[in-house]
Amino acid sequence: MNQPILECRDICFSYHSLNGETKALSNISFQVKKGEFLAIVGPSGCGKSTLLSIIAGLLAPESGSVILNAGESFRIGYMLQQDHLLEWRTIWKNVLLGPEINKTLTPEKESLAARLLADYGLDKFKDKKPGELSGGMKQRAALIRTMVMEPELLLLDEPFSALDYQTRLMVSADIGTIIRASKITAILITHDLSEALSLADRILVLKRRPATIKNDIPVHLTISGNSPLAARSAPEFQDLFTLLWKEISDEYCGENG
Amino acid sequence: MNIAEKTDETSRNNVNLYKEPTAQELYVKSHRRHHHIVTVLRLIVLVSFLGLWEAAGRLGWIDTFFFSSPGMVISYFMEMIKDGSFFTHTGITLLETLISFLLITIISVIAATLLWYSKTLSEISEPYLVVLNSLPKSALAPLFIVWLGTGITTIIVAGISVAVFGSIISLYTGFKHVDKEKLKLIYTLGGNRADAFRKVVLPSSIPVILSNMKVNIGLALVGVIIGEFLAARRGLGYLIIYGSQVFQLNMLITSIIILCVIAMGLYQCIQWIEHIYKKRT
Repeated sequence: MNQPILECRDICFSYHSLNGETKALSNISFQVKKGEFLAIVGPSGCGKSTLLSIIAGLLAPESGSVILNAGESFRIGYMLQQDHLLEWRTIWKNVLLGPEINKTLTPEKESLAARLLADYGLDKFKDKKPGELSGGMKQRAALIRTMVMEPELLLLDEPFSALDYQTRLMVSADIGTIIRASKITAILITHDLSEALSLADRILVLKRRPATIKNDIPVHLTISGNSPLAARSAPEFQDLFTLLWKEISDEYCGENG
Repeated sequence: MNIAEKTDETSRNNVNLYKEPTAQELYVKSHRRHHHIVTVLRLIVLVSFLGLWEAAGRLGWIDTFFFSSPGMVISYFMEMIKDGSFFTHTGITLLETLISFLLITIISVIAATLLWYSKTLSEISEPYLVVLNSLPKSALAPLFIVWLGTGITTIIVAGISVAVFGSIISLYTGFKHVDKEKLKLIYTLGGNRADAFRKVVLPSSIPVILSNMKVNIGLALVGVIIGEFLAARRGLGYLIIYGSQVFQLNMLITSIIILCVIAMGLYQCIQWIEHIYKKRT
């Protein structure tokens, strides 16, 4: 639990256009321990997704470095804002997209995929097209597509933001439980403070443009088990929420005043 | 007899005695009736047009030397079947159209793919594609004759030239509008640009490719007929031009009618492929 699996050191990043440059991230440094569930919150448009893309290696930081403390075969799983299941493929073909692209489609992978589908109650839908599934089921299929890659670090980029409120509560609880149970290290980006509180061990609050780390809040909720829905009724929840809300609303006030 | 049984029996009797049509059944019935009426009216338009044309010719309202008549068209058509000229001319036009159509499809898919791969290439070629697309392609046909001589190659090239530029532009636009997040998904799974193209861009563009094919088959036929006007000794385009030059209006009008049928048939073929594709997905 003590070994940091990921270390970000002084990450800076700017977007460039002909009208000038927009500094998105400035000297972001933090560590994530193995098995930890970290949430990153911040005002919208503060560069949270950019940070995640840099960790995933989709973007190169302008300066600073991302250090992954693991072997050669370190794999990062990425969950996007929407499920993005390919509608012309069956659920089965969709969850095997990763191995298919990486040319690692072995019988072992197939049995892993079959097991995950069965575990998450989607085995009956494996020959269906995504259009025939509910929003929650699609999001679960998208998680399975990521988990089939057996990632050591899971990046979640507001994965529930496209869902309606009820589905969102259900799915975030659902996926939170799955991630806890599989003991994967995860980083969740969200603008929903109660979602962050109910899922994470630790919350990083980002400051508005250019994003810097404003606060690093550990979350210790006194509840039994690891159900994200139950977490919402923990006695500490409200105080932590108020603290977080103050941190975030300062950012908005700062801009207006 | 208890109450449950009794109600059960009453309801059964109701069913047997009168069967009121449900609102759904009434809707289906009125929908069908409307459909029948439209079909019948369409036939009436066709039959009265042909009837009027035939009558006008026989009663001397129009000169059949210039306007022909349905009867004369039919007998000319039978003659064409008998001497085999129908098969030669229609066959060659069909062959040229299909070859141009296939080449248009292949060339435009390949070109749009290259443009999608390279943003710089697409930026360089954009003004040229726009100019070539807006140019009236019939103006190019004489040029092709000089370069390629008179023959099937010239006609196929004429057919291609009419549709290919527009086809490249619309396919490239279709490729470009594929959801960026879906491409990002491929990259997060460790894929490269080629994977993104094969797994996302191409499969999600199939509807665009199919609707583009529907436009292309019609345009290919236009191009082939233009080509045959200028550079052929066989084909329906040749028959039309030849018929007008020698005042053989039966030949001219029969060819136009055959052309109508071919155009409709080819379009239906693509629509049928599209239908099968939609059913499968």
